[in-house]
Amino acid sequence: MTILELEKQANEVRKGIVEAIHAAKSGHPGGSLSSADIMTYLYFEEMNIDPKNPKMENRDRFVLSKGHVAPAYYSALAHRGFFPVEDLLTLRHTGSYLQGHPDMKHIPGVDMSSGSLGQGLSCAVGMAQAGKMDQKPYRVYALCGDGEIQEGQIWEAAMWAGAHKLDNLTVIVDNNNLQIDGTVEEVCSPYPIDKKFEAFNFHVINIDGNSMEELRGAFAEAKAVEGKPTAIVAKTIKGKNVSFMEDVAGWHGKAPNDEQFAEAMADLEKAGEALCQN
Amino acid sequence: MSELKQTEKIATRESYGNALVELGKEHEDLIVMDADLAGATKTDKFKKAFPDRHLNCGIAEANMAGIAAGLSTCGKVPFISSFAMFAAGRAYEQVRNSIGYPHLNVKIGATHAGISVGEDGATHQCLEDLALMREIPGMVVMNPCDDVEARAAVRAAYEHVGPVYLRFGRLAIPIINDRETYKFEIGKGVVLKEGCDVTIFATGLEVNEVLQAAGMLEKDGIKPEVINIHTIKPLDEELVVSSVSKTKKAVTVEEHSVIGGLGSAVCECLSEKAPAKVLRIGVQDVFGESGPAEELIKKYGLDAESIYKKVKTFVKEH
Repeated sequence: MTILELEKQANEVRKGIVEAIHAAKSGHPGGSLSSADIMTYLYFEEMNIDPKNPKMENRDRFVLSKGHVAPAYYSALAHRGFFPVEDLLTLRHTGSYLQGHPDMKHIPGVDMSSGSLGQGLSCAVGMAQAGKMDQKPYRVYALCGDGEIQEGQIWEAAMWAGAHKLDNLTVIVDNNNLQIDGTVEEVCSPYPIDKKFEAFNFHVINIDGNSMEELRGAFAEAKAVEGKPTAIVAKTIKGKNVSFMEDVAGWHGKAPNDEQFAEAMADLEKAGEALCQN
Repeated sequence: MSELKQTEKIATRESYGNALVELGKEHEDLIVMDADLAGATKTDKFKKAFPDRHLNCGIAEANMAGIAAGLSTCGKVPFISSFAMFAAGRAYEQVRNSIGYPHLNVKIGATHAGISVGEDGATHQCLEDLALMREIPGMVVMNPCDDVEARAAVRAAYEHVGPVYLRFGRLAIPIINDRETYKFEIGKGVVLKEGCDVTIFATGLEVNEVLQAAGMLEKDGIKPEVINIHTIKPLDEELVVSSVSKTKKAVTVEEHSVIGGLGSAVCECLSEKAPAKVLRIGVQDVFGESGPAEELIKKYGLDAESIYKKVKTFVKEH
């Protein structure tokens, strides 16, 4: 896809996020919107996957270690054809397969259940290790939050991945700088994130995680790295493209009411129209 | 079954290591993982035999549980090995959320369970693991009583699709089952002695102690029925109910806290299906301490003599 096509797709993914969370009356819009470009790039450009055959043996694997941004994940999967887009409106409803956090047993395309912060990266490391042992061609991607990396298990996993030279693993840190209780620095600073991953024997790439151009460059670079896993530190804006949610910690885990929903959708419509002018 | 021929002793952690080597020869997808305790969990034998299928995760049990989950989604059958304290305790939430919730095919080989860890003391004596693991939906929980049963349990765990928790000990214990004729079935209790006055349910290394205690009770004219519960979950409820319906009294014996393990499982079953008086013998809601394993077993009232006395009083009073 061209950069413009990817940007338009990401805008559709964002609409799905807002619609799903509004329909659920709960959920995590801030981080879902910050990571929407990453998720779109992975599912529409980067990963070798087949929506008609979600369990394809040599598919690339993805683990959403920051499982609370499930709406972004589900919206990308739905728009990519893994399940009907209409189903996004059942998010978090009793009986829906679209659980509040990813559930690999019931959701087509979900490779690992996740949601308890800090655990997903280890699972991705296990998948990458299995690929190495069986000399499989697939790659493994994991998306972590910048708050999530306060969990010690992330660094246990990073230490192991670096020590075992898992160059089929790419970790993306969605660095939107906010967590529930405030900025990541106010709570417990994870910075410098890049230097930490470097110290754990990762190849590190710093980018603007809301730029398709930069995402393209980073993922291409990661693929070419040999003998080291890659960490992409993706600087993003929490709540990206919904004006009143941008860079506001309060929108970490709260659903918009009907009025706010209309405003958010108007913002995204506008963003879509702007992309069509190009 | 020959409880009198107790010459050979072996710790069930040794059985675990040996069984993994045997299974490893048969199954290419079997992976063994350790957290810097391969020498103690006895998986070093597997490491030597199959170096490419042994992964040492370093001292990071939570990460080990997660890596195992990831490996299993790619078709591997990982056995993660550590002390019960760290496998069930430290990594509890990883086992629950990364292995239990997605019902992944990961086996947890937990050695050094109970006070028979001995000299290392309370920090390393896990008395809560059966309780923790039993709570997780879909988890099979096994606690074999000797080398023969432990090896069979490891094989059964491999053959079962889904998460399994296996509890092993550090202390060398007598072999009480017959190598040639023993048959293991997940979820099936084993009647070792038929009796009519009281049913004694035992698990793990307590099975041998209970058999000896039963001999003493018989000399006093009390006929206990002795049942080995090697699978704590799923519990053989049918056997529990049918035996206690006959004897009217139950005793549970385990090297575990009396809260949450075999005693609780049997009480839950009986209180709903066949109410009866139950005496729970185990560690009484306290931490352990340092000392030689056999001395601790005596001090905490888990040896044959102590069990004999407690059961005798219980039977007389009820």
